[in-house]
Amino acid sequence: MEKKQITPINYDNPVIDIKDLYKSFGDMHILRGVDLALFQGENLVVLGRSGTGKSVLIKIISGLLSKDSGKVIVLGEDMGNLSKRELTALRLRVGFSFQNSALYDSMTVRENLEFPLIRNKRYLSRAEIDYEVQEVLSAVGLMQAIDQMPSELSGGQRKRIGIARTLILKPEIMLYDEPTAGLDPITCTEINGLINEVQQQYKTSSIIITHDLTCAREVGDRIVMLLDGKFEQQGRFEDIFDKPKDPRVQAFYDYNFVD
Amino acid sequence: MFKKIENTLITLSKVHEFIMQFFRELLIPPYEFKEFVRQCYEIGVKSLPLISLTGFIIGIVFTNQSRPSLEDFGATSMLPSAIAIAIVRALAPLVTALIASGKVGSNIGAELGSMRVTEQIDAMEVSGINPFKYLVVTRVLACTLMIPVLSCYTGFVGLIGSGLNVYQHEQVSFISFFDQVFNTISFLDINQALVKAAIFGFTIGVVGCYQGYNSMKGTEGVGKAANAAVVLSMFLIFIEEQLVVMVVQSIRG
Ligand SMILES: Nc1ncnc2c1ncn2[C@@H]1O[C@H](COP(=O)(O)OP(=O)(O)O)[C@@H](O)[C@H]1O
Ligand SMILES: [Mg+2]
Repeated sequence: MEKKQITPINYDNPVIDIKDLYKSFGDMHILRGVDLALFQGENLVVLGRSGTGKSVLIKIISGLLSKDSGKVIVLGEDMGNLSKRELTALRLRVGFSFQNSALYDSMTVRENLEFPLIRNKRYLSRAEIDYEVQEVLSAVGLMQAIDQMPSELSGGQRKRIGIARTLILKPEIMLYDEPTAGLDPITCTEINGLINEVQQQYKTSSIIITHDLTCAREVGDRIVMLLDGKFEQQGRFEDIFDKPKDPRVQAFYDYNFVD
Repeated sequence: MFKKIENTLITLSKVHEFIMQFFRELLIPPYEFKEFVRQCYEIGVKSLPLISLTGFIIGIVFTNQSRPSLEDFGATSMLPSAIAIAIVRALAPLVTALIASGKVGSNIGAELGSMRVTEQIDAMEVSGINPFKYLVVTRVLACTLMIPVLSCYTGFVGLIGSGLNVYQHEQVSFISFFDQVFNTISFLDINQALVKAAIFGFTIGVVGCYQGYNSMKGTEGVGKAANAAVVLSMFLIFIEEQLVVMVVQSIRG
């Protein structure tokens, strides 16, 4: 199923702009000169085999890891020289959906959702908090799970709650780390649908990291491939995967679709 | 060999930085008061059964073991005093801290370790929450407060065990037993025991949090963090015990 384009994308307005980004761990050179722009309203899929540094990339964007060199501009702010307070303010505008959902397992679903809200918007009343919680829960279609513990939820439900927990802060950018990893095909399709709904309802610009080509095709407005520490291929799904010239791209395609 | 020394020094400087961060974040609002109270409660509940049992047994066994040597001098009437000093000055804080290292320290190490490994700590950070303040500061503070409180309790239970034993053998009533106990122990004894217990508690909290917070990826990282927390805090408590005894002895003159 190809993605239908509904929301307009503003290609003059990059919300994330990365130039010549380098990152190593010891003598493992993970990112070697990454250039990347995410445009307003766009779903950008980053494809790559595991261990190529996809998670490292979005962790640098959200300030969880520091870069070695290069420029990372997020929503007009240079990540290189932000004070702690500025970084916190910026982070509220950037949502992060973790690969394993990272729900706080000692808290109920409701407490998970309230947690970032209460701590960042202390002026909210009880009724306003309840309202926001209900709203994101219905956005991800899990009203009935409100009083459950994370351990009682399925993988797909946990993923939804994880996404809801970032949506509650009304982010402008969403970063999804392998949103469909470890899920069955039907749940994958549901999560892909949710990612597209979020794009439209919440008017987010998103980076979706994955090695799942079905996910890439269903959610991506544009796709880039991370190969050997750089972005080598980019374009729409068909541009990259109809008769790929690069053998690495072909290998990736075969790995996904040929048994 | 040099590599090992270098690594130890690096770890030491990281722990130092960790402790400095604790004091910095401790003073800056907002304060996570609710989580602090919850941690105090957890620490109390987790250790209470084991501490009660151990305290009681130590009181009885220690009294039994001390009796013969005092009998040799015909000084069994000194038994309550001798035991009071041993329990209040040394045994109560030490035993409480060692048990808490096993129970509380490993628990903190495993809990924070699994939060690190499953990216819950990262999730807090990216949603504008200070995980160090919420997780580390509250736990270290709770340990520092609760180990002295629990030590008082251990001491009390130990003395009850001992009093029971003395009552059985020497027919000394509970009242005169405790009378003698409180005549023997000084203000300095209680103070040094409390300070010592607070130092032990701080150690257990910092070590457990440090190990968990910096836990390595993978599930084996969690187990390692929990284990390292116990071993390291027991070792440090032993050293601190020696240091405090030296300091107190110089105060006594
Ligand atoms: N904090 C870290 N410290 C050291 N090495 C790391 C760290 N994070 C990631 N790496 C290494 O970087 C490489 C890329 O990791 P990652 O970005 O998670 O890959 P993926 O593309 O599968 O998401 C891996 O080899 C990993 O071991
Ligand atoms: Mg990854």
